[in-house]
Amino acid sequence: MPLSASRGRKKVKELTALDKEILNILQKEFPITVQPYGDIAAKLGIEEGELLQRIKTMKERGVIRRIGGVLDSKSLGFFSTLCACRVSEGRIDEIAAVINREKGVTHNYVRDNYYNVWFTLTAPTKRDAERKIAVIEKTTGIKILNMPALKVYKIEVCFEMGEAGAL
Amino acid sequence: MKQVRFDSVESEIIKLLQSDLPLESRPYQLLSEKLGISEEEIVARINILQEKGLIRRLGAVLRHQQVGYTVNAMVAWKTDESRVDEVGKVIAGYSSVSHCYLRQVPKEFEYNLFSMIHSRSEEELVQILKRIADRTGVQDYVVIRSIRELKKVSMTYI
Repeated sequence: MPLSASRGRKKVKELTALDKEILNILQKEFPITVQPYGDIAAKLGIEEGELLQRIKTMKERGVIRRIGGVLDSKSLGFFSTLCACRVSEGRIDEIAAVINREKGVTHNYVRDNYYNVWFTLTAPTKRDAERKIAVIEKTTGIKILNMPALKVYKIEVCFEMGEAGAL
Repeated sequence: MKQVRFDSVESEIIKLLQSDLPLESRPYQLLSEKLGISEEEIVARINILQEKGLIRRLGAVLRHQQVGYTVNAMVAWKTDESRVDEVGKVIAGYSSVSHCYLRQVPKEFEYNLFSMIHSRSEEELVQILKRIADRTGVQDYVVIRSIRELKKVSMTYI
């Protein structure tokens, strides 16, 4: 297939079988080598240039967020927690701005629960996280539920890409 | 807390890996020149960081909505203290579940076992929930969906 044919904003259904295979390998078996793309291309029996072009296209289309390391916050010495609060509809953006100002806030969503704003906070220490939560509470006047993880049963953000047409 | 120590070279490698690797044939070339060490050395260090547990995984992070997993729900299960490990492991066993944690929860919100479930349709989500509830006997759960993204970024540690 000519490279130009894979350009443009295609729907996920139009990801080719090869694209899906590439996504599975990129997620699960990314080689830790000097030339990882050359190794993947060899495995797939395609040119490295074609592989890089396909990955570039999938990045541009927003299928791939990034290629890098998924780091373990705990091993790095960081503390992370899930927080929730109840915010009146009219104040969501104002309060989100206060919450999002905090660098350690990586995810923040409006959700369909009594507690309608949920965010994750990562900080160097537990005390640091608690201090940051207290600052947000004081600034906004809103009570925040702080729910740190006690045990992890699974963290594996891989999406198995089915065979062509299976999605 | 099992914190792992790392040196200045490892710190530079972590800095690179927490972002997006350059999409080039030799993604470590630039860092290699900056640090004055070979790309082979960098690769060896990455392997060590992975063995130490600092890097959980190296590879692509996808946008799940864009790859067909359009129904993404946080589901919290009210689980009896004595059964959390058993139930947590069952939930973790499903391929549609990307995250499963036991959390310390306040009395205002007693749903202590959190999971993130991704499916390709509403029907599929309903089926997964029913299967988990039947298998674990945990019938009291809340499905908490995201309505609007307010922030989503990768953590910058260093």
